[in-house]
Formats: sequence, C-alpha cells, structure tokens
Amino acid sequence: MTETTEQVAGVEVGSRRISIPGFTEEGENLTAATNQAADHSHGFDAAAKPLTSGSGSRGNRHIGYDLAGFPEPTGREEEWRFTPLKKLAGVLSDTPTANAVTDSEPVDYQVTEGVDGVVLSTLRDGEAPRGTVLQPADRAAVVAYKNVEQALYLKVTEGTELDEPLRVDITGTQAGSRGNAHVVLEAEPNAKAVFVLEHRGSADFNGNVEIKVGQGADVTVISLQRWDDDAVHVGQHDAAVGQDASYKHVAVSLGGSVVRLNTNFRYTGEGAEAQMYGLYFADSGQHIEHRTFVDHNTPRNTSNVLYKGALQGETARTVWIGDVLIRAAAEGTDSYEKNQNLVLTDGARADSVPNLEIETGLIEGAGHASSTGRFDENHLFYLMARGIPEKVARQLVVRGFLNEVIQKIGVPSIEESLQEDLEAELEILGN
Amino acid sequence: MKRTRNTMSTLEIKDLHVSIETDQGTKDILKGVSLTINSGEIHAIMGPNGSGKSTLAATIAGHPRYEVTSGEILLDGEDVLEMEVDERAQAGLFLAMQYPVEVPGVTMTNFLRTAKTAIDGDAPKLRTWTKEVKEAMAKLRIDADFANRNVNEGFSGGEKKRVEILQLELFKPKFAVLDETDSGLDIDALRVVSEGVNRAHAENNMGTLLITHYTRILNYIKPDYVHVFVDGRVAEQGGPELADELEANGYDRFLATAAVAG
Ligand SMILES: Nc1ncnc2c1ncn2[C@@H]1O[C@H](COP(=O)(O)OP(=O)(O)O)[C@@H](O)[C@H]1O
Ligand SMILES: [Mg+2]
Repeated sequence: MTETTEQVAGVEVGSRRISIPGFTEEGENLTAATNQAADHSHGFDAAAKPLTSGSGSRGNRHIGYDLAGFPEPTGREEEWRFTPLKKLAGVLSDTPTANAVTDSEPVDYQVTEGVDGVVLSTLRDGEAPRGTVLQPADRAAVVAYKNVEQALYLKVTEGTELDEPLRVDITGTQAGSRGNAHVVLEAEPNAKAVFVLEHRGSADFNGNVEIKVGQGADVTVISLQRWDDDAVHVGQHDAAVGQDASYKHVAVSLGGSVVRLNTNFRYTGEGAEAQMYGLYFADSGQHIEHRTFVDHNTPRNTSNVLYKGALQGETARTVWIGDVLIRAAAEGTDSYEKNQNLVLTDGARADSVPNLEIETGLIEGAGHASSTGRFDENHLFYLMARGIPEKVARQLVVRGFLNEVIQKIGVPSIEESLQEDLEAELEILGN
Repeated sequence: MKRTRNTMSTLEIKDLHVSIETDQGTKDILKGVSLTINSGEIHAIMGPNGSGKSTLAATIAGHPRYEVTSGEILLDGEDVLEMEVDERAQAGLFLAMQYPVEVPGVTMTNFLRTAKTAIDGDAPKLRTWTKEVKEAMAKLRIDADFANRNVNEGFSGGEKKRVEILQLELFKPKFAVLDETDSGLDIDALRVVSEGVNRAHAENNMGTLLITHYTRILNYIKPDYVHVFVDGRVAEQGGPELADELEANGYDRFLATAAVAG
C-alpha cells in the first residue's frame, strides 16, 4: 500500500496524528507555492487552489433552501466533477415523489413503532426541529427538501436509553421512479439510541436525514445501502452534535447503480466526540461516492473519520472527498480522517481527496491519510505459495481490510450481516 | 541427527527449460536444469546475479510469470508442474522468497493460521498453535507485536527474511527453496536465520535448496552438495569444497566457459 503523506507548510500532518508546529494563534497562512506543492489542497489561500466551485473555503460553500441557488450542475463544478450526472438526471430534477400514476408510492417506509420513550410523528417545513440541522448544500438536497411535505420524525425523549436499534426500512418498489424523503432523528439530552436506515429494492431515491444530538446524548446512525443494481440514491445526512455528546454515523454502501451521500456534522457545544465511518464495495457498473464534511465550529471537540472501500470489476468506481474545517473558534480541536481503498481488479478506479483547512493553531491535533492499494498477482502468489487457495486468499485480504470499519459499528447483528454481505460480494469475485 | 519424519521424499528437476515474456519478446532463462534433492539433504546453488537462480526458485513454486517450455519437476514421482501454486505448498514445497511480498489488510496472525490450516488440511488447535507461533517468533527474535501487523507491511529487509524462516519452521515443508535468504542480513540476523533453517532441517528432515550469491551463509548452514549455476544451467557440481574454491576464485572460470559455450 502506498501512503500519501500530506504536508502543510513543510510539516507532515499525514498518517500521524500530530498537531502542527509553527502555527500562530491565528492559524497559518500558507503561501500559494507551498499550498500547491502539497498533494491535496489545505485551502488557506483560496486563490492558490480553490476547494469548491464557490469561494474557496468549504465554510463559504453555498447552503440554503432556495432552488435558484443551486442551478443544474454541468459536471465542471468541484462538487460534481466525479459524479456521473446523466444517471442522476432523475434525482436532480425538481419533481415530487411519483405516486400520481400508480397511486402507490415508489418507496415504502417501515418504522419501528411502540417503543417506550420514543415519539413517532411528522413535521412540515417550518416545524422545528425540521430544518434546524440540515442545510441543503447541493441541488440534490434542496430538491428533496422542497418536495417532502411531511418529514418523518423520530424522537428519543430525554434520558431514554434504548437497547434495540430503531429501524427505518426504506424499500424502493419501482426502478426509475422518483422518491423524495426527509427523515428527522432526534435524541434529547442524555438519551441513547441507535438508528438504522436500511435501503433496499430500487428507485430514484433522494433522501435527506437530519440528526439532532442533544446534550450528553449518545447516538449512532447506520445507513445501509443494500439497493438492487439499478437503484439511484443521493442524499445528505447532517448532524448537529450537542455538548458532551457522542455521535457516530456509519455509511455502508454495497448496492445501487449510483450512490452519492454527503454526510456532515457540526457541533453545538464543547466536549463532544463525533465519528463518521464508511464501508463500500463497488462492483462493475457501480459508482459509489461519499463526501464527508466535519465542521469544527466550536472549541474542544473531537472528530474521527474512517472510510474504507474495495473495488472489483473493470468499471467499478468510488469517490471519497473528506473535508475537515477547523474554524478560528475551534481551539482545542482534535481531528483525524483517513480513507483507504483496495483495488482488486484492473480498470477499477478509486478517487480519494482529503481536504483539511485549519484556521487556528491552538489545536490538539489534525491529521489525514489517504491510500489506495492494489491486490495484485504478487499478493496472490505469496498467499497461494503458502498453501492458501485463490478464493480464500482474496477473501482474506478483503475481509481483513474492511474489518477495521465493521468492528467500529458496535451493533453485533449488523456486523454479522455485513460479514455475510462481504461473503456474497467475494463469491462473485471467486468465480 | 534426530529425525521425526522417517519418510524419504525426493524432489527431481529434469532438464528444465523456462522462459518469460518481456517487452522485447520471449527470453529463455533456464536452459536445461537437472537436480535431485532427497529429504535431509542440503544443496547450495551458487551463481552470479542474473544467472537464473530466482527463476528456478519461482518456477518450482509455480509463479505464473514463468513458462516451462520443457522438462519436469517431480515430487515423489508426482508432476509438480500440473499443480496449482497452493497445491504445491500443500504437497510440501516451500519457497522463502528473495523479496517477500507485502500483503495489505491481512495480519500475520490471521495469515499464519489460514496457511497452516490450508497446508495441514484442518485448523490447528488454537491454544497449542498460539503457543507454537509465540515460541517460534521468540527463537527468531521477532518482536511479539509483529503478530498484529499486516504481512510484511513496513518490515525491514531483515525482518522479512526472518518471517520467511518463521513460516518455514511453522509449516514444516518436505522441501524448502531459500532464495538469497542471506542477502541483506547483518551477521547476527544471519546467525539467527541460519539456526532456524538448521532446526527445520534437523526436526523435519527437510530437504533444502539453498540459493546464495555469497559463501558467507555456508559457514552456518553446511551443504552436502554445491552446484555452480551459470547462464541458466548447472555448470559444475561437487561437495562443500567447491564453495571454498568459489570463495577464493569467484565465478570467472565458469563465466569464461559459459561465454565459450554460448
Ligand atoms: N520478471 C522478469 N522480468 C524481466 N526479466 C526477468 C524477470 N525475471 C528474471 N528476469 C531476467 O532473467 C535473468 C535471470 O534472473 P534471475 O532468475 O532473477 O537471476 P538471479 O536470481 O540468479 O539473479 C536475468 O537476466 C533477469 O533480468
Ligand atoms: Mg535472485
């Protein structure tokens, strides 16, 4: 595996979790030359290498609820340049959920009901907490927002600690039919809950999720993309993490033709710990794209991002864009992000772009790492020369590689079912 | 000599010709190699760089890059060339590679257990296996935390070689091919590694094909036979005294012959 080590002002901030010597309290202004010398932009100087199509820093990207602010993308924009836009035409149009013709929605929702301490209801636009956390950051998110009249709202009341996950099962029943969704998840102060959003079947699905994590709450959101081969899924998952809270978002993308998720969080207090984990497995014909944005907007919080993916098949394609912004106010931040990809066959392509912006030198640490390794003939030969059959050798490598993420999920039933999924993915490979 | 396996095995290489495809076309590398190794014997193969030693080693193990154009490799009469790479290892052949490969995502612990299971046909008893691995690592002075690291990933050259010998001791092959296991080792590491080979030899009655460029390792591992390998063939064979001659005079005499013959 080749590690690309990042440098900021000539200081290594890559694979190791180190803070950055030489920073002033105001943060460091990199010269254009230094910034460009780095593999990926660290974006202090917008002119040197713009991070977005907008005005440089990730913090300046347009967000809002107005469709006019998000014109149809051309593919030249920074946030769309990796995405196969043709396949997204259906989900990017300003269209309501398709139910007029068939009189049945193309997407079916099943929600865990009747749990003590959990309130299930719906929210119209303008009814808090809807719209207090999620800030549409691209056209996909804004058209979904607009086209959902009643958002699903699951609230875990103050101090309630749940043993079992709350599930939202989202099943597409009509390939190519448009489904808009908006889910609001809330954990009131000191509540503890695991939310599982499981996507199956097929549709052109555009789903927003906003997650309000109260003070001292402990929330895990697991989004499983187990779509059929012809499904299209775009979505934005935003969380606001309260004082001393714990938040964990897990994205698992295995199925679908195109999956493009923006998963983001910011903080509303101090002393919180937040993580985003991702695991993906792309076969030929699949485009799987994850964009993560950690907004360190308040002091003394911790963040960790780990995304790992495997690719097999000539046209398998994955993208990970990891933005971390440590704002001037976010003193005492400790932040790390890592993406690793394992390319199993020729032709498959993984893009991996970490972007770290730091506006204060008074941090505990900030690091990022990105690597893309190939499983090739020599690895296979080495393992087989030790008696290990080819199929087992491939499974050993992929499972070993992805296990690091699976182990972070912390819900045994899901961890087990993912092992089975991987088995099935690798079965295809073994033949 | 203590022998725990009293079965006698034989590895025969008969008139082996091997070529590879390069950008410039097909290149013949092995041009008729014949060798017979019996259990318990140590054969040193010595030759200059580029003479085809690694090609011979990789061909025995079955690397897909190398094409056998004629000749045979037999293990107790069984056609090795018909076997897949993993089947060769399961049949009792082991190659300690000149450049061991880093395998991403797989821990040493997981790798060793999986390989042992594949070679033996059933999983080793966890408790005794863990202990065996630990002890073998300690004898080779491999730090215990290597068990949690990915196979060869970030190991130094010397560490990789020790880990090859660790596998040799744990998998207990009938025949081992050691491809320049000595190169890149300092004197202490050379001793530790040699002791490992000698243990495998004594305990399992292993037959050994010891490929080396230098005579240094022969101070620690005593060969029964020495073969001088030049330009894809065995140019001369003899006893240990042949190594002494190489030490004194180098390969010049053989290279001159090869040039005339070629
Ligand atoms: N994979 C390969 N690609 C190109 N040439 C090779 C390859 N393997 C071996 N050769 C060539 O074959 C010859 C023998 O190489 P090798 O078997 O490595 O010799 P040795 O181990 O004795 O140094 C050399 O000329 C070498 O350049
Ligand atoms: Mg060699």
